[in-house]
Amino acid sequence: MAKKFRSKKRVERTTNIVIYVILTLISIVWLFPFFYLVIQSLRAEQGTATPYFWPKGWTFDNYIKLFTDKSIFNFPRWYGTTLAIAVVVTVIQTIIVLVTSYALSRLRFKMRKPLMNLMLVLGMFPGFMSMTAIYFLLKLVGLTQSMGLVGLVLVYVASSCMGYYICKGFFDTIPKSLDEAARIDGANRHTVFIKIILPLAKPIIIYTVLTSFMAPWGEYMFASLMAFGDQSYYNVAVGLKEMLARETVTEYFTRFCAAAVLISIPITALFMWLQKYYVQGVTGGSVKG
Amino acid sequence: MTQQVSELEYLKMTAWQKFCYKFVAFFKRLPLLFVNFFKVTIPNAAKKLGLKFKDMGLTIGRAAKYGDWKTRTSFVLFGFSQLTRKQWLRGILFLVFELVFILYMALFGGQYLGLMGTLGTVETGMIETDDGYGKYVTGDNSLLILLYGLLTILFICVFAYAWYKNIKSAYLTQEIVEAKQNLATAKQDISSLLDEQYHKTLLGIPLAGLTIFTIIPIIFMVFLAFTNYDLDHMPPTKLFTWIGWKNFSAVFGGHLAQAENFGYTFAKLLLWTVIWAFFATFSNYILGMIVAIIINKKGIRLKKLWRTVLVMTIAVPQFVSLLLMSQMLSDNGAINNLLISWGWISKPIKFLSDGNIAKVSIILVNIWIGIPYTMLICTGILMNIPEDLYESARIDGAGPVKAFFKITLPYMLHVTAPYLITQFIGNLNNFNVIYLLTGGNPTTLSYAGNAGKTDLLITWLYKLVMERQLYGLASVISILMFIITAVVSLIVYNKSGSVKNEEEFM
Repeated sequence: MAKKFRSKKRVERTTNIVIYVILTLISIVWLFPFFYLVIQSLRAEQGTATPYFWPKGWTFDNYIKLFTDKSIFNFPRWYGTTLAIAVVVTVIQTIIVLVTSYALSRLRFKMRKPLMNLMLVLGMFPGFMSMTAIYFLLKLVGLTQSMGLVGLVLVYVASSCMGYYICKGFFDTIPKSLDEAARIDGANRHTVFIKIILPLAKPIIIYTVLTSFMAPWGEYMFASLMAFGDQSYYNVAVGLKEMLARETVTEYFTRFCAAAVLISIPITALFMWLQKYYVQGVTGGSVKG
Repeated sequence: MTQQVSELEYLKMTAWQKFCYKFVAFFKRLPLLFVNFFKVTIPNAAKKLGLKFKDMGLTIGRAAKYGDWKTRTSFVLFGFSQLTRKQWLRGILFLVFELVFILYMALFGGQYLGLMGTLGTVETGMIETDDGYGKYVTGDNSLLILLYGLLTILFICVFAYAWYKNIKSAYLTQEIVEAKQNLATAKQDISSLLDEQYHKTLLGIPLAGLTIFTIIPIIFMVFLAFTNYDLDHMPPTKLFTWIGWKNFSAVFGGHLAQAENFGYTFAKLLLWTVIWAFFATFSNYILGMIVAIIINKKGIRLKKLWRTVLVMTIAVPQFVSLLLMSQMLSDNGAINNLLISWGWISKPIKFLSDGNIAKVSIILVNIWIGIPYTMLICTGILMNIPEDLYESARIDGAGPVKAFFKITLPYMLHVTAPYLITQFIGNLNNFNVIYLLTGGNPTTLSYAGNAGKTDLLITWLYKLVMERQLYGLASVISILMFIITAVVSLIVYNKSGSVKNEEEFM
């Protein structure tokens, strides 16, 4: 009996060792690109790829030049632009998503089901096919060129109500008896939303803030359309893609890496900090009971 | 498990087998459901709409027949009945709307409506004049005519609906006054917007945004599919016009002016798109779940560290990691360089430049991107599986593998079915991964419209528009894509709800 117990323990230990090996391998594979990114951003030699892994010379020049050498690529400006867009989009988008989700989760009206089906289907239409139409619509009200960034924000937030899905799932899990109790006490639906649902929705609010803040950093298509080739209105995604164009990639690859690191740091930090809520947000909707 | 089973056989199955059976049966039924959607769901919706219109007509008829002079004046002058009966707020709103509409039509919309039939006749350029000198004229811009014409048509529809609402409300006001009951005051109207009508307050702005930036552009694209808008008919200098169904016939077998076979390319790319979506979704799902399970396993330490490592890929903007990956995997990129310098290979592996290898690399990179998401989601759900289930399974003598197939997997599939469906549909239209990694390359001459071997339909569309300016044709293809994905997902969503309810876990 004792022997059997020991052998079972040994099996357990070998499985754990195998798992540790697998996890280490996975970590290496997952971290390698970022490790590579950081190394490359500190490389002194120019060029896209070197036939050796460790750089021959180390330098911080790539970072410094991003902020000092603005003759061709004005990185600080892109960064500021993107940050501003991200903040504004986050505020508006969060409000729209919360409001839509509450309406679809708690209020009952005739068009509710058709509306949900409609939003589901609309999301499948290839977005850039509507770019021409959107561009001319914005031009009609004068939100292109110098007002382009306002137009861009408008484009980002305009359809954000379609992202109600996860948030609604979360609201659905909040017990309806809370609403009913408040209604009996004489609260109207508006008060229920503000005073009862919102305070309970902290995880999903943070989740929405996080996802809507991250999205503008990687958006390429509309940003490049609205900038219309004018560098001063680029966001970081468009700008960095430009750095990797065939004519400039050799000279700017290391600087691209430095820029990428600078973009990743704040978002990664934010994400790490709020990770708990992200998980709660994602799973809150799908897990019931 | 694909053949029909009897009820008894079905009852004998384990939860996992039942799930598989339903899964397969569902996909076998899908074509039928697809046909049914067009045969039953759409006619039903049309019938409902017809009834609604009939209802509206009856209401208007009643108001015309039994209305007093105030109500009848409302037919022309919006809000008159409400205003004369002291329902100020509603009356003023209706009246203002009518004035705005008239101003819009007179100053802006009216002119475009007339041009919609031809989409413009005057071409921009030099024209001969009597004195021998040429004169430069700015001609019509077909694109703007189409767009503004569409706006005007939609506005007219809204106006018609407002007219109906106005009449209905006018007659209702009359009836209430005649019955000597109290009319809703402006204050009551406003407070009902925070209670019974709260959905209007909440959804007004979001839906306005949706209409302007999503629905109108989509209708616009549908219109474009019936025009010859391409490089040779490019506004503002050139005009384009209606050409009927020619673009559709070009995709379905025929050839356009160019000797390119768009139908063949469409079929080929559709096939690859479906294959890609399938592999991308399920590889991520299964591998992500396995990673989550082994991290979650009892006795594994540093759980938080392993998770954090994986989650970092979510936090770093996707375009950065994708651009970096495409650099690393290129023919003279970091990975090839390293492998050569270590002497493992003699010439570069064509990760992204050989059609078949590229397809595999894309799926692998996508796994790299996708696993953390699945891992996060699965972690949350795994913690929710009651521990005593595993306990009793162990007492009954089930090993970890058996426990996985009998408990974990069925439970996961049960809970994450909607997520899985969303993922699959999202992958059908996954622009970023393909565009930033390979750009659809390598290209091949057998495909039309600059399409490459790894192009999905959506990236091909992007090329058709951006590189070839074949707007008309691209619209046709996006309409086709849209119909396929939209109908399938509507069916799947509305079915999965019922599937979920009838199939209780355990």
